[in-house]
Amino acid sequence: MEKVEDQNPQQEEDQVVNPWEVSAKDGGKIDYDKLIDKFGCQRLDQSFVDRVQRLTSRPPHVFLRRGVFFAHRDFNDILDAYERGQKFYLYTGRGPSSEALHLGHLIPFMFTKYLQDAFKVPLVIQLTDDEKCMWKNLSVEESQRLARENAKDIIACGFDISKTFIFSDFDYVGGAFYKNMVKVAKCVTYNKVVGIFGFTGEDHIGKLSFPPVQAVPSFPSSFPHLFSGKDDLRCLIPCAIDQDPYFRMTRDVAPRIGYHKPALIESLFFPALQGETGKMSASDPNSAIYVTDSAKDIKYKVNKHAFTGGQETIEKHRQYGANLEVDIPIKYLNFFLEDDAELEHIKKEYGAGRMLTGEVKKRLIEVLTEIVERHRRARAAVTDEMVDAFMAVRPLPNMFD
Amino acid sequence: MVYSKDQLLARLKELQIDFSQYEHPVVLTVEAQAKYVGNVGGALSKNLFLKDKKHRYYVVSALADTKVDMKVLSQRLGLGKGGLRMAPEEALGEILKVPLGCVTPFALVNESASHVSLLLDKGFKTQECCIFHPLSNDMSISLNAFGLDKFLKSIGRDPTYIDLEANPPVGKDQPPDLASLVPSGSTVLPDLPEKTPSQDSSGNHPSAGNNSTAVTAKADKPSNAVQNVKEKSVNGVRPLIPSTDAGKFVEELLDRTSTLLLSEISEDSIKRHGGQLGAEVANNIKKCLREDLKNLATIFKNTAYTEGFYAGTHYQPKRL
Repeated sequence: MEKVEDQNPQQEEDQVVNPWEVSAKDGGKIDYDKLIDKFGCQRLDQSFVDRVQRLTSRPPHVFLRRGVFFAHRDFNDILDAYERGQKFYLYTGRGPSSEALHLGHLIPFMFTKYLQDAFKVPLVIQLTDDEKCMWKNLSVEESQRLARENAKDIIACGFDISKTFIFSDFDYVGGAFYKNMVKVAKCVTYNKVVGIFGFTGEDHIGKLSFPPVQAVPSFPSSFPHLFSGKDDLRCLIPCAIDQDPYFRMTRDVAPRIGYHKPALIESLFFPALQGETGKMSASDPNSAIYVTDSAKDIKYKVNKHAFTGGQETIEKHRQYGANLEVDIPIKYLNFFLEDDAELEHIKKEYGAGRMLTGEVKKRLIEVLTEIVERHRRARAAVTDEMVDAFMAVRPLPNMFD
Repeated sequence: MVYSKDQLLARLKELQIDFSQYEHPVVLTVEAQAKYVGNVGGALSKNLFLKDKKHRYYVVSALADTKVDMKVLSQRLGLGKGGLRMAPEEALGEILKVPLGCVTPFALVNESASHVSLLLDKGFKTQECCIFHPLSNDMSISLNAFGLDKFLKSIGRDPTYIDLEANPPVGKDQPPDLASLVPSGSTVLPDLPEKTPSQDSSGNHPSAGNNSTAVTAKADKPSNAVQNVKEKSVNGVRPLIPSTDAGKFVEELLDRTSTLLLSEISEDSIKRHGGQLGAEVANNIKKCLREDLKNLATIFKNTAYTEGFYAGTHYQPKRL
């Protein structure tokens, strides 16, 4: 029986983690162990990583190896079923609140693409334009436009069009999807939703009735054009851990309406350039690396704005070494440097003071530039027609091939 | 064919354009020119030959008194705050085919300058006559804006006069107002890096990036670029054009593989691996290229699917 988090997050004195706010205690770091404990999900340990490698016959993704995706719910059930020959489908999404995507935004998509390739399963991607319209007070047209723009960056992550369905809430809600929304809504009381999401008497009813929209893509019957007759199909949701509240609610409701609980695989938060305690924000372009940054921008941002754990002088640095706990370049390399051996070497040398901050930053700049370049080239190949095709309600006959 | 001063003057006469000509010793600056033709009744012009980070060139021709702020101009063209520089001397000779100190709108008569963009000061229109060099600095010619227009139209140019002193805001909701004057024929993508060894910094971006509106303006461009991207490969950069041409696709794959292959085989690696070099290189190639090539293949697949999808949704059923 799993813990269902009922307390209003705002009542906790320490860290706040929910879909609309992430902040650590006293401006410190997020305590992930506490979070796992409070939310009631499980740690993803090495045995899972090994199992994934065995089942997919390929090296596990760098995010798995490095513990970027570190928590889960029922991932073992997914793997058990997969071993028995039962496939599953993936569900992830984005709230299109701005056109400026940074690397942190791409992380769940990079990982989801790997999962799609490795397990050969279909994927639905939800663009919650309605949510952003309500929470960020955007116009309907603007949020729809942003959804399409974001779709292009998402497609650029390399999803296979014959196995991927992208939809925007404003376009798709209705029919079977809406029927499931009502089923879910009937199972969640006003008090419950206030408890999970912290809504107040001042919040408008749109916000209150939104959670079912994000819940029902977890149920295959929401997509009759894709999964009709496959009511038994399981769902795996890769997301950042701040989305957990939606799916705790969904998992609570699922058995009551006769569906499988969706499984989750959750990631850490991507730190801002200024450090773990800093906030990545769209209004401070120097807090993150954007997919539209040029190589020059990346070089500038990393050199001038990345928070490092290096000592103030070279002598001190050689003596004490770098503080890897707070060093942002090391953290970023942890996310993006593929070569495990090289990363270990850098950590060792830098931690001992033999390698200087400048060198680490230089390597990071190379790695980030390559990623951003590749993304931009792929993005350039995405046309409006391609977006239309990805978003068309159409059958995907080869989605399990 | 490179135009000479005399050929230009002959052309002007052919076009029945009214002008006066003044010979004088070679001058390299507007001040020096003013000494000789400052009081012939025409307005002196200052002419700048500029280039941006993507090797696109611009001739900015203005009244000598007009203030030209390169930073503002750069932003209005959509090149960011520091996107414009003075073009190097060599470019003067190579592209405009004129000597130092002789930048002039007339240089655009040369075939080599066909990609150069021309920005004209709207102040010219209010002057009776304006003074320019006719492809050499030992002469100045004075003509009015109509005459200049007639000449420009005769060489296939659409004369665009702009308020060079204006400083309109450029941001998310106000796109750069002169963006259409940036030469096309190179990819419109703002952020493609140059792969030529001479460049160490790559690409440029349409805004300095220190406010969020700038960031959103950037993100808009790629979707437009895809519509106007042409085949031309600029300075060795190969943009990834959405293409379903199997030949091009295979060429791209082979290019990448052979580049990597060549880099793997050196005297050093031959010594190190001897007869095993083949197996070693084959392994490395697979390791390094696997993901890259898969990504390319996925893009190819998605593009082909999209083409089919479009055809399918526009298909007209057989009439019975």
